[in-house]
Amino acid sequence: MATAIRRRSLRLRRARSAAMIALTVIAALLATLPLIFILALLIRQGASSLSVAFFTAMPKPVGETGGGMANAVAGTVMLIGIASAIGLPVGIGAGLYLAEHRGARLASVVRFLSDVLNGLPSIVIGIFAWQFLVRPVKHFSALAGGIALGVMMVPLVTRATEEMIRLVPDALREAALALGYPRWRTSLTVVLRTALPGIVTAALVAVARIAGETAPLLFTAFGNQFWSTSVTQPISALPLQIFSYAISPYDEWHALAWAGALVLLALVLIISLVARFVTRSRFGAGHD
Amino acid sequence: MTEPRRAMTAVRVGAVAERAPDAVAHGPILEVRALDAYFGADRAVRDVSLDIGEGQVTAIIGPSGCGKSTLLRSLNRMHETVATARVEGEVLLEGKDIYARGVNPIEVRRRVGMVFQRPTPFPTMSIRDNVIAGFRAAGRNAPPRAEQHDIAEWALRRSALWDEVKDRLGDSATAMSGGQQQRLCIARALATRPRVLLLDEPTASLDPLSTQMIEELVYELRGDVSVVIVTHNMQQAARVSDRTAFMLLGELVEVAPTSRLFTAPADERTEAYITGRFG
Repeated sequence: MATAIRRRSLRLRRARSAAMIALTVIAALLATLPLIFILALLIRQGASSLSVAFFTAMPKPVGETGGGMANAVAGTVMLIGIASAIGLPVGIGAGLYLAEHRGARLASVVRFLSDVLNGLPSIVIGIFAWQFLVRPVKHFSALAGGIALGVMMVPLVTRATEEMIRLVPDALREAALALGYPRWRTSLTVVLRTALPGIVTAALVAVARIAGETAPLLFTAFGNQFWSTSVTQPISALPLQIFSYAISPYDEWHALAWAGALVLLALVLIISLVARFVTRSRFGAGHD
Repeated sequence: MTEPRRAMTAVRVGAVAERAPDAVAHGPILEVRALDAYFGADRAVRDVSLDIGEGQVTAIIGPSGCGKSTLLRSLNRMHETVATARVEGEVLLEGKDIYARGVNPIEVRRRVGMVFQRPTPFPTMSIRDNVIAGFRAAGRNAPPRAEQHDIAEWALRRSALWDEVKDRLGDSATAMSGGQQQRLCIARALATRPRVLLLDEPTASLDPLSTQMIEELVYELRGDVSVVIVTHNMQQAARVSDRTAFMLLGELVEVAPTSRLFTAPADERTEAYITGRFG
């Protein structure tokens, strides 16, 4: 009697367990489904417009076929460069501070503010950059766009760097100190160096994250139909070009916008793959 | 000459072990004087006075949590690297207090090396770079390559690792076995030519064969460098040390030549511990 009840409750439990596992598997598939759909859609719509000319040719006027987004590609590269020049050193330095002085009151304040900044809508950062970098000089500039993206990068890199440095065992810090390393030298040559593959990954992920940002650029970099490499002039960027082409009424421009979106997706995908490779090859060997 | 002196020491040790330093063979390199070590309000080491003989191996034994590691970490100012930790009392290294005002803890740690329970090779450095890491940190400018190599070879030979790694000095140190990593850490500590080497349960994470190699190495090192080894393994203390100190609840109960501490302990608590009645 008792065993029969136990057996039935066991069956019930097993059934419930199987159902829950099935639900989580479905949820996991649903989580990745959008990316697969987006990729399929972009390839269908954009692949045909993708050619060498997309990267080397300038936009053509309305009515002319062909043309590319050379200026937008160059602009995106330049904006990422400016943003990284600001976001990486500040973010890595702040992350090192947070990880090495985790108990300090300033550290918990900085950590909290980073999280807030991380959650801030990117358009707010764009408005902020416009107020301080565009309005005073009365014209849009690549510099303002790059700084806006850099501000977005800082909290991403800070928190990721902190996490990576925390993975470095305390025993290594102790070993360096016991060898007569000064604290700063311990932090730089042992802790930071051990965490470096993780930090490189974090930096790449942050770059991937900002590469496609549009909102902070709308009233900072603004966009430019012409070739420009000047930091003080408005500059084009892939997301901006996609935006203006997508809302235009011309089919050729729509096709180019699809191609631009595909290029952005490919860029993020490649960066993510590189990041994975860096993490595997260095950390895998370093830790048992 | 030595016999009467030993007998006298035994009486003294039994009577006032914490106050009167036991006689040491070659004169002390380290003199611990009335040392207290705290974690916050918790007093982990209580009024310990102890002499470490030059060129000797001194073992510190005692049950878990008796403060033996904390005492060891107070000898090269590593204790204070933990938040809220502090030290009172004196530790004289060659007659000079390492806790005196104006003494740089970094200088102390270069003269009093340390190896920990788990091997800690720097994972980003090659075997050679690991060995000379401390040596390089000491100098403002990196010494010439040839000199670096000589130091690495000397330290690796000294730690009985040279023959095993001489053909792969440029390889990552993390690919070595645990025992090799620990000998590498000893080589790394020796490369800065410390006067004293502190070993904090150096074989606790190693297999028996690696343990034996480390013990033989410790035995070999005596004479050149003074060794203080913390161990919870009494047999190990008996095998490698000249003198043994027994700690209990933060206090130093007894310190005596190893053979005597294990055969004729003066304090009944020591006897209870070494005969396995507690701990």
